[in-house]
Amino acid sequence: MRPTTRSRPRLLAAAAAVCSLSLALAGCSGTTKGDAKDDAKDKAQGVKADPDAPLKKGLKLAFLPKQINNPYEKIVDEAGIAAAKEYDGKAKEVGPSDAKASSQVGYINTLVQQRQDAILIAANDPNAVCGPLKQAMKQKIKVVSYDSDTDKDCRQLFINQASSEEIGRSLIRRTAEQTGHKGEIAILSATQNATNQNAWIEFMKKELKKPQYKDMKLVKTAYGDDDDQKSFQETQGLLKAYPKLKAIISPTTVGIAAAARYISDSSYKGKVVLNGLGTPNQMRKYIKDGTVEEFSLWDPKKLGYLGSYAAASLASGQITGKEGEKFKAGKLGERTVGKDGEVILGPPTVFDEKNIGKYDF
Amino acid sequence: MLAGSGTTDGFADITNLSAALNDTAEIALIALPMTLLVVAGQVDLSVASMLGLSSALAGALWDAGWAFEMIVPLCLVVGVLGGLLNGWLVTRVGLPALAVTIGTLTLYRGLASVVLGNKAVSDFPEAYAQWASYTEPVPGTFIPYPIAVFIVLAALAAVVLHCTAAGRALFAIGAQEDAARFAGIRVRRIKLVLFAVTGFMASFAGIVYTLRYGSARADNGLGLELVVIASVLLGGIDFNGGKGTLGGAVAGVLLIGVLNNLLTLNDISSEIQVIVTGVLLVASVLTPRVIALVTERRDRRAAAT
Repeated sequence: MRPTTRSRPRLLAAAAAVCSLSLALAGCSGTTKGDAKDDAKDKAQGVKADPDAPLKKGLKLAFLPKQINNPYEKIVDEAGIAAAKEYDGKAKEVGPSDAKASSQVGYINTLVQQRQDAILIAANDPNAVCGPLKQAMKQKIKVVSYDSDTDKDCRQLFINQASSEEIGRSLIRRTAEQTGHKGEIAILSATQNATNQNAWIEFMKKELKKPQYKDMKLVKTAYGDDDDQKSFQETQGLLKAYPKLKAIISPTTVGIAAAARYISDSSYKGKVVLNGLGTPNQMRKYIKDGTVEEFSLWDPKKLGYLGSYAAASLASGQITGKEGEKFKAGKLGERTVGKDGEVILGPPTVFDEKNIGKYDF
Repeated sequence: MLAGSGTTDGFADITNLSAALNDTAEIALIALPMTLLVVAGQVDLSVASMLGLSSALAGALWDAGWAFEMIVPLCLVVGVLGGLLNGWLVTRVGLPALAVTIGTLTLYRGLASVVLGNKAVSDFPEAYAQWASYTEPVPGTFIPYPIAVFIVLAALAAVVLHCTAAGRALFAIGAQEDAARFAGIRVRRIKLVLFAVTGFMASFAGIVYTLRYGSARADNGLGLELVVIASVLLGGIDFNGGKGTLGGAVAGVLLIGVLNNLLTLNDISSEIQVIVTGVLLVASVLTPRVIALVTERRDRRAAAT
């Protein structure tokens, strides 16, 4: 009894002591953000690419999506798994049921334990997955990011859907045409840390600086966290807060569908332009009922297919991830590794009333 | 664990054990004070939010150029203050712990969002990140440092709970609070200290989490309070208070950790993992009741004959 009854003041005293001690310490030798950080690159260095090496048989590949039941990522991963059959590899999809960075970490650790030849990851947070991915590369496991990149020190290749610049700029260009280059616009993004979203938004802002957009103004970037309900509410909020809003650009499949659902049932239907990135099956209804005129996306099947071949080429030693290396991506033909290990799939496809019937994904 | 090492390739691997153990670090650390709280008939649902607040605060201060050696004690002090607020509302205002901590669960998470917004801060000092990672365990062992800290604290908590007067007081409070008060136990004081210690540990777990993932975010550890409570219940601690052992709680934490690791290694999807944990939990709460019921019947029958 006695020790506990007296420990409150003692605890506070101890805390105060620790505090003052650390203040003293910090005065002379604290570790702060300004300190030079020496980021050791763990990439396999000194390993030479052998462009003529055949693709190894029986490669083990694992796709780790942001979230296991995200329909878009399912399409990408299934195409990648199917591609692996073409070169006699074994691929699978594993992942967490929530889109949290910390949930992906446990999966990376177990994939290392299962001695996969390559891990393909769509990162929820570019940094939180870095430590375990570096650990994987140390154990000679190849790491390829797709869809949403990790920090570039933590993977050998990044399979990019389309160049970020092209996506960002073309979304502004096309939306501007729909609004007559006038009025207020807003962006409905996914999470605030999503690497891909932020890169696109950056280029949207750059494009908007051009003189032909002088009558357009980006009033707000909202975040729906790739959560259907939150995106729905954020759309509602944007339209309430900015009554003069002419267009919403949502560069995320969850966001654009939620926004379309809200707009289609509201008085804003036909008055506010909605553009962005979505899948044809999700958006078909809103194209038909006139809520949305057009939207774009790359072919997610091709993304998974390319990722699968890129990972296999890495694991077979055909490429190492250096700029200028070339590899054959099955039906897609030859691809070249760009700056910082980036491999680009190609320009996005624009879907509208005329062509949407041709796509089923 | 034995079954796991026999049937699953890669489970008995030292690195896997280190990684699997380290993955339970925050849950394990918070489960210690939570056990003491539940034994005393209390509960703290705000622990995961305090973890998030501590992480967000660490991130914001690091971003502002503070020294890491200063950030840690400051976060811990905030943890103690948060715990004291919970304790004060429970003991002085007289509200039930469940209600109070549902409120502060929202409050602390809200504060975390205010402190850091939707941002993520990374680039924490390499040396500290190494300390928290499973790849550099305590030399000569496979035990990562956060787990080493947990082992020491678990031993301490076990001694306090099972070998001291304070520990006996906790059981007494949990079993019958009024009786404990009449017996001269300073119930309020003990509860207040207990909540403060819980806040402290939640905040420490926040630092470990931030370092382990190299990412400070306001939403870190979202929903973790339920996993902690599930582990404690799985360890046989009676949610009504007054019963349980610290060893049981530790076993509960390890069981959930090992099980998740085994299921992941065997490519069982995460949805199924959630179901398995749920079934296990229901079973663990149900089993003692069923056993009690069966023995009661048998005794009655024995008495009748």
